[in-house]
Amino acid sequence: MSDYHEMWASLGLDLKTHDAVLEIVGKGYQDVFLSQKNRPEGMKYFDFVMSEVHGLRIKEIMDAKAEGRKVIGTFCVFVPEELVLAVNGVCVGLCAGAELGFEEAEKYLPRNTCSLIKSAFGFKLAKVCPYIESSDLIVGENTCDGKKKAYESYKDIVGNLYVMDLPQMKSEAGKALLKAEYVKFAQKLEEISGKKITVESLKKGIEIVNNKRAAMSRLAKLRFADPTPISGLDALLANQVYFYDNPERFTASVNAICDELEKRIQDNIGVAPKGSPRILISGCPMAVPNWKIPFIIENSNAIIVGEEMCTGERGTRNLVKDQASSVEELINNIVDRYFEIDCAIFTPNQNRLEHIKQMVKEYKADGVLHYGLQFCQPYQMESKVVEKELEKAGIPVLLIETDYSQEDAGQIKTRVEAFIERIS
Amino acid sequence: MKSLGIDIGSRTIKVAVINNGNVTISRKSENSFNTLEVCKKLLEGLDYDAITSTGYGRHLFAEHYKCNTISEIKAFAVGAAHILPSCRTVLDIGGQDTKAIALDGKGNFTKFEMNDKCAAGTGRFLEIMAMTLRYTLEEFGNEALKSNTATNISSMCTVFAESEVVSMLAKGNDRQSVAKGIHQSVVNRTISLLNRVGINNDILFAGGVAYNKCIVNILEEQLNKKVFINDDPQIIGALGAAIYGTY
Repeated sequence: MSDYHEMWASLGLDLKTHDAVLEIVGKGYQDVFLSQKNRPEGMKYFDFVMSEVHGLRIKEIMDAKAEGRKVIGTFCVFVPEELVLAVNGVCVGLCAGAELGFEEAEKYLPRNTCSLIKSAFGFKLAKVCPYIESSDLIVGENTCDGKKKAYESYKDIVGNLYVMDLPQMKSEAGKALLKAEYVKFAQKLEEISGKKITVESLKKGIEIVNNKRAAMSRLAKLRFADPTPISGLDALLANQVYFYDNPERFTASVNAICDELEKRIQDNIGVAPKGSPRILISGCPMAVPNWKIPFIIENSNAIIVGEEMCTGERGTRNLVKDQASSVEELINNIVDRYFEIDCAIFTPNQNRLEHIKQMVKEYKADGVLHYGLQFCQPYQMESKVVEKELEKAGIPVLLIETDYSQEDAGQIKTRVEAFIERIS
Repeated sequence: MKSLGIDIGSRTIKVAVINNGNVTISRKSENSFNTLEVCKKLLEGLDYDAITSTGYGRHLFAEHYKCNTISEIKAFAVGAAHILPSCRTVLDIGGQDTKAIALDGKGNFTKFEMNDKCAAGTGRFLEIMAMTLRYTLEEFGNEALKSNTATNISSMCTVFAESEVVSMLAKGNDRQSVAKGIHQSVVNRTISLLNRVGINNDILFAGGVAYNKCIVNILEEQLNKKVFINDDPQIIGALGAAIYGTY
């Protein structure tokens, strides 16, 4: 691995803290991922990406910047990467998956704020995220109240924040709002990049992102098999790297893994014995390096077969139609696709419930673990309905409410093991 | 076949040996900073063909004794069904966990709930509150039982409740009444946990807190139901593990 300290210093990172973070994440990665047995060969690509997540990938991003390309940092699956690519920009998901800089963050946020929001502040305040520091524009989006209000003070810390409004109801008015916001965002991107979005450039952007989503959906479908050819941890990792990596290279790598997995399925090779208890995770997103719950599940003789999360099928489901003859029509197609996302900020949000049931059926899941971040009202409120409706349909549910700390790992393990005993 | 179950709890370690379905030996000891040492002493001189561990220390124990483990939930479900076949609801209040488990009567549990990661409403909570009131654990329940009034304690956080109790005493509230109020608040929390799994007859109350008469009284009064407590409510988990070992 090359020495990137000069690059990190030029981005204004706190080198001492950053070194410590890399060491902890590296150690965590080793314990959680490299200790797994029977991994697909193709995962080596992701091992490499993770080992260079603050190194080579940042260097690529810095090289892109030197060519005049703009880097757009995002926190949410509602920010359309297609538009970013249409101005030849680079779209990156920002760090928000670890308990870091929380004390500093609590100078801006009440203590009862979810870990995800605190982490977004913490990474910035502790100066340890090269993605935040290399972003030319950071996009905040009005999803939950926590994020919406937090962006008001985040603006003062990052300086280059752009806030996108989002609808809360799946109505015609809601759709019109989403469209107005995407048009405004497209204009903002044109303004900062000095590039005009054309039918051709937007079609190209749509194609790249469609290919990426199609590869993820191919990977997802291969997990219907029993024995499952890939662990939930590795599949989650692919869903997480989705937000950082060069999209075309990422797509090729996921497709290569899929080729390998198809072969595995043919040969009846899996990561866990056939008949192992199968769990679907549903709920809040899990950003790198948040691997706590999947690690506990897969070290308790069960296998995760799917993720009903933003870092999972909620984020990658559905493609954008690319038949259109004007930029406006293409933006309409983008709006059509994104308006279907069944995030818990919408009311009502019946589609999510249907999607969970459908996923349980397709993936042949024996039970659903609902993962709710403490203080995340939208998902915590929905969790009760999810539990009631699924149990009524004969699908066992375990509700887990937790944060980014490790202190409750023992208690969670007890619950998860008991749940697995229940569904076995 | 002689099957041994060991339940390694945060406060107490329990061992049960069964032979042809009958408990032949049961032992317990307080846990210490050296869990394995306590386990070793407890197992001294015991004869068994199979061993199963449960409780929060189950994995540590299993690493050293190369045995099977089951979760506390499963252990209590199996143990409770053995003690009381008509049992449909298990309540266990232990040192650091409170559990409510629904049973289907066919040997399976259908739902379970546990307290959050803090010690609120657990045995440890009662211990700390007893200390704050300068009672021994035994006196605490008995003295609370004597009071006709219960001072309202609103805080369930162990740390906050401790300050609340201190300020109650400073305001001149009666010690027995404060003690009763604490018991009342533990029962309130327990009932909300039980409600989440559904309260169906018969109810078995397990764990060390089942020895506390005041808790049992208030619980039965609030539920308007009789709760069943066996001679040794602390042994249910170890017994369940021992029975599981014969499967």
